[in-house]
Amino acid sequence: MSSISPQEIKNEFTKSKMGIAGISILAILITISIVAIVTIPSETFSGWNNPGNWISYPKVAIPGWVNLFLIEKIPEHKILDEPIEKIETSGQISVISHQFGFNFDYDDFPNDFIYEFSAKYSGAPLLEIVVIRPDGVQLELLSTSLPNSKSETIHTERIFSTDESIRKKLVLQSNKFGFSLGKLSSEDIIFSQAENHQPLKGNYVYLINLYGVESQNEIPKSNLIIGGKAFGIMGTDELRRDLAVGLLWGTPLALFIGIVVAIASVTMGLIYGVYAGYKGKKTDEVLMRFNDVIYALPALPFLIILSVTISNSIFLMIGFLTIFGWVGVAKVSRSMALQIKTRGYIDAAEMMGQKKSKIIFRHILPQLLPYAFASIAISVPAAITTEAGLSFLGLGDPSFPTWGQILHDANVYGAASRGLWWWIMPPGMMIAITGLAFVFIGNALDVIINPKLRR
Amino acid sequence: MALKKYVATRLVTMFGVLMITLLLTISLVGSNMDTILKQGVVFQVRAEITEDPSIANSFASSEEFEEFVQNQIDQRIETLGLDEPWYSPQRIGLTMYKILLLDFGNATFLTSDSGSSDVKEIILEKLPRTILLFTTATIIISVIGIFLGALSGSKVGSVIDKITSSFAIISSSFPVWWIGMLMIFLFAFVYQIFPARATPPIPSSDPDYIISLLYHMTLPLITIVMIGFGAWAYLVRNFMVGIMQEDFIMSKKIMGISKKKIIYRHALKNAAPPIVTILALSLSGSLGGAIITEAVFDWPGMGRLYFEAITVMDLPIIIGATYILTVFFLISIFIADLLYGYFDPRVRTGQ
Repeated sequence: MSSISPQEIKNEFTKSKMGIAGISILAILITISIVAIVTIPSETFSGWNNPGNWISYPKVAIPGWVNLFLIEKIPEHKILDEPIEKIETSGQISVISHQFGFNFDYDDFPNDFIYEFSAKYSGAPLLEIVVIRPDGVQLELLSTSLPNSKSETIHTERIFSTDESIRKKLVLQSNKFGFSLGKLSSEDIIFSQAENHQPLKGNYVYLINLYGVESQNEIPKSNLIIGGKAFGIMGTDELRRDLAVGLLWGTPLALFIGIVVAIASVTMGLIYGVYAGYKGKKTDEVLMRFNDVIYALPALPFLIILSVTISNSIFLMIGFLTIFGWVGVAKVSRSMALQIKTRGYIDAAEMMGQKKSKIIFRHILPQLLPYAFASIAISVPAAITTEAGLSFLGLGDPSFPTWGQILHDANVYGAASRGLWWWIMPPGMMIAITGLAFVFIGNALDVIINPKLRR
Repeated sequence: MALKKYVATRLVTMFGVLMITLLLTISLVGSNMDTILKQGVVFQVRAEITEDPSIANSFASSEEFEEFVQNQIDQRIETLGLDEPWYSPQRIGLTMYKILLLDFGNATFLTSDSGSSDVKEIILEKLPRTILLFTTATIIISVIGIFLGALSGSKVGSVIDKITSSFAIISSSFPVWWIGMLMIFLFAFVYQIFPARATPPIPSSDPDYIISLLYHMTLPLITIVMIGFGAWAYLVRNFMVGIMQEDFIMSKKIMGISKKKIIYRHALKNAAPPIVTILALSLSGSLGGAIITEAVFDWPGMGRLYFEAITVMDLPIIIGATYILTVFFLISIFIADLLYGYFDPRVRTGQ
């Protein structure tokens, strides 16, 4: 065990396929973490549990790439926020028109559409929404005046496709369709072929016109949302949250929790065990009894009680996990210290009158380092899965959405029995892959340290 | 003589641990418990007084009446001993004494299936179901694990060894409860073979209840076994690899004893002590892991009870369940220790 030099360990490790695999996965995870921290602003992530942040996203949308494998394409959710702006003035009347063009190439009708805008105006300008369809048919959706205001004001509104006046307007234009509009919703009418009730594919243009009289109007914010059933790379959940954000941000969090807990508990156990083993006699007896007590505490019930009664802050949770994590390491390193103690050079050092702390840190601890590194690697997955488990029970820190919390929400909304696989599979896979990386590294180290396993 | 002393030390330690666990639990939930109990008293006293309108009528002003009510509440709190803080030695002593005698009091919110709110009855109803599921699973896991481990341990480097080892390593990083969710997705949604919720829909008095319970148990059982046996096999394999290199096995090989006989007669027998010890430990460990697994499958056992109690902060149940879980945990650690001491004489002499 102690006869292996760091250089040898390094050489052996680079030869181990498992070790290389572990290190590669870890490198990928670290890259993902960096990408997440750099590209996704932390406000998006801290607003994970704020429903207001996700209002323009679709509910339980399947990941967008699924369409690649389907013949009947599922409509993708589109958030259009860069309209082409045109301003015309003729005499007293000025028109601001925003044009949203998009390609609709799916085999089903969209869920809905929402136009959200804020307009800066005075007076009572007229807002008009018109759709120009791929077949050239032009449909008027809405013409309404914004609330009257004498002074300059900013008006924010969301116009939903369920708006009754839109439907009424469409019914008035029913002569453009070859079938009865009956009780069809407005999006089912707008995106339908003229002859029969089938989705019409092609380029649509939404035209929003704001007519003002003798005033300088502006539309500072203007978004058109075409509600679909597919979204992004990872889809969304019941609360409209983009799962890609949660999954990406979960990576640095999981690595942080796992590595901090593992390093803290192994360091603690190592020093505790070596001290007990080296001191021996009464100190050893007392320390090991205390160790037995912690060992015999049922960890999970206690972690649950601690997080419920004290706090579920992620930093305290790391502390709680450490309390239960160091015990095993302490036991093993104590027995290793007992062995090393009997060696000649320790006696020699003692006879030379070296301080006890120096003997522990200079002569005993370095011998245990290979074991320590293996234990750190092996403790990481345990810490990650325990935290995930606690989060899964709903005891996670709400300001830090982890993979376990995503799975908690999935379980609360019955994702498994509703078949929402994109809500269940990725977070669990991420937990498993992260764990696997460290298990690989740990096992590779273990084989090097305990040559017996190799044969 | 040494064994007796060893057993005695272990027993004392275990009892000490039990007491510390209790003390810790009580001190963690104590202040909450105090407020809940006091609120209960206030509620009770007010209800009693408003029931009798003549009491309220006999007071001239509402202030006087309020004062009277407050006095009554204070008196009641004093007679119940709640005026002393929860951390006073008498109250902690009394609480611990009651718990030791398995008197956990009444649950605040939760009830048993039969409607009783006595914590002891609730726990007695749930405990057998947890034992049924997890003990069955542990036994299946250990049987598969021992055979697979022995097989791959005797053929290091073979295909079966590689498959077992990699399966063990991979399955160890998957959370059981997540596999549980996948299994529900697969067998309750895609192929509708098993129910998604493991609580039988019929009352427990029905004669078909047991059959229904067993049917609902299948999915959780398969999941636990699937995730568990790999680690077992790997553990047994590693013991076997060590033992197969010992001189006495080598000499038996040279003597020409068949390989099968060597593996199952001699090698496995020598690997037995650690295996039995780990079996004892994992039996109790499975009870602790039950909390999350039962929450996923909605299995009506101790784990789900514990989880429900935590969500609604039903303190008597939390204390009672923690106590029972700890007792089980300690008993199995104790048995494991004894077995270890019995098999390995070096342990009990303290060397």
